[in-house]
Amino acid sequence: MTALAKLPGPVLRLRRGWRPGSAALLIGGILTACLVGIALTSLVWTPEDPARMRILQKLKGPLVSGLLGTDHLGRDVASMLMRGAFNSLTTAFAAVAVGAVLGTLAGVAAAAGSKFDAVLMRICDALFALPPILSAIMLGALLGPGALTAIVAIGVFMIPVFARVTRGAAMQIWAREYIMAARMAGKGTARITVEHVLPNIAGQIIVQVTIQLAMAILTEAGLSFLGLGLPPPAPTWGRMLAESQTYLLQAPHLALAPGLAIAVAVLGLNLLGDGLAARLDPRRRQAS
Amino acid sequence: MLRHLLRRAAGFAVTFLLISILVFCMMEIVPGDPASAMLGTSATPETLAALRAQMGLDAPAAIRYLRWLGGLMTGSMGLSYTYGVPVGGLILERLAVTLPLTGLAVLLAVGIALPLGVTAAARPGGVADGAATLYAQAGIAVPNFWIGLMLIMVVALGLGWLPAGGFPGWGEPAAALRALLLPALALAIPQSAVLTRVTRASVVEVMNEDFVRTARAKGASVSRALWRHAVPNALVPVITMLGLQISFLIGGAVLVENVFTLPGMGRLAWQALAQRDLIVIQNVVMVFATIVIAVNLGVDLLYTVVDPRLRRRA
Repeated sequence: MTALAKLPGPVLRLRRGWRPGSAALLIGGILTACLVGIALTSLVWTPEDPARMRILQKLKGPLVSGLLGTDHLGRDVASMLMRGAFNSLTTAFAAVAVGAVLGTLAGVAAAAGSKFDAVLMRICDALFALPPILSAIMLGALLGPGALTAIVAIGVFMIPVFARVTRGAAMQIWAREYIMAARMAGKGTARITVEHVLPNIAGQIIVQVTIQLAMAILTEAGLSFLGLGLPPPAPTWGRMLAESQTYLLQAPHLALAPGLAIAVAVLGLNLLGDGLAARLDPRRRQAS
Repeated sequence: MLRHLLRRAAGFAVTFLLISILVFCMMEIVPGDPASAMLGTSATPETLAALRAQMGLDAPAAIRYLRWLGGLMTGSMGLSYTYGVPVGGLILERLAVTLPLTGLAVLLAVGIALPLGVTAAARPGGVADGAATLYAQAGIAVPNFWIGLMLIMVVALGLGWLPAGGFPGWGEPAAALRALLLPALALAIPQSAVLTRVTRASVVEVMNEDFVRTARAKGASVSRALWRHAVPNALVPVITMLGLQISFLIGGAVLVENVFTLPGMGRLAWQALAQRDLIVIQNVVMVFATIVIAVNLGVDLLYTVVDPRLRRRA
């Protein structure tokens, strides 16, 4: 500490002050906190009941009736957006949880020198070749449209993403000296994976979770747009956009509001992911 | 080189088989019998049994899988339950919309991303770099089907420059291209955002390499060092990303075709779901997945063309 204090000022400031990705982390963190805050608030309070129809008030512009106007059934757009944030986030969280848990398990198993490495990676290739919308169309035939269809379709597509990231990161850890030392100390593969590998790759998994959450929100919106997401009357951003199609010139706010909400939510999570990557991901940290 | 090709082809075959098993099994467990769906509730057990035999539904699952696989190779994929026409013909007809649409989208995406990414990389931290970064962040965050809606609102309905939807067919090539331009742009913008980011990062990295410095020392101008030396060497990550993006492009095509009411594969799959035309869903999904893995195989082989170092290693 004394040695550090003796270093010339600018170098010290550079080391202390310059944190890669700080701006992205800050802006992304604020936007994501707002998104989560709005989603949670919608459970206890919205300006109006999002499902309440007031036909006489239909297609009113922003500030004429409510903050963001009303839709073709006279429902309050701001309230629908708020509850839509909750619906979108919960589906995205559940899908990413499926992908992250199964993908991480497959990835660490493959990296630990499992006999199934090649088979696991081949299965990942196959899953990655099925875009979530196509899986959702197949699942829609099987289960009908709904949250489960969306969660499984998006989650399954994310398994290979997490498996590849985890496998690559875990393989690097397995090559370290301290793993060899743990082996010499008599620890088994499973114990080393839990005690040494997983804690060391947790940062990269967290970064990936954030980025994939953004991806899941986009995909969920697409599925809801096609009618494959949560069924009505639960408001979703995607279905709000689908319903706005008929009124593009008459009531453009119906298309603008949910589109911007999706963009801001995804932008926030992407920035947060970038910021976290600069801090937590060793490869990115070295690169920056 | 030959060994590399064979290994890749074997990988393609294994992935193809795995997907086909997955798709077949999923469609097998969908409740409901196609024969009774076609004949309705008033059908007698005899007519039902006859139709099941005619459609080959009475055979064991393994035999039906092998028959379907054979049909996929030869293009005879059975009859659509709702349209009553061969599924193979239906898919070919729709591919004539989806393939040009995605092809045009890739061209537009590369056309936007390459100059933008390279200009940004020429002076990191400059104005162009800031603009490119902003474009990349915003472009990735915006859903393609929303961009489609905005383009319809502004360019088609507001300005009246291009059609808001529909497809006149390839009998009128100019009108067909006009109909594909807005949907392709909607698909291209998010892709170009991702590509801009990758291009910029890759070119910045290559610009710091010794051979670029040597070229500059030998008197090459900045733009010559950039376009002649740095860009060709920075293309591998860009092509990799293009290959990875194909899955998103196809997912996006399903959405954008529905926004612009284009009679493509995506709209066919979506309509098939609404009509519970399972045989169409099964084959459309399989054709789409085959396109994804074929493009990835193609990209893998393209590396060897663009990067001589990989050719030697292969």
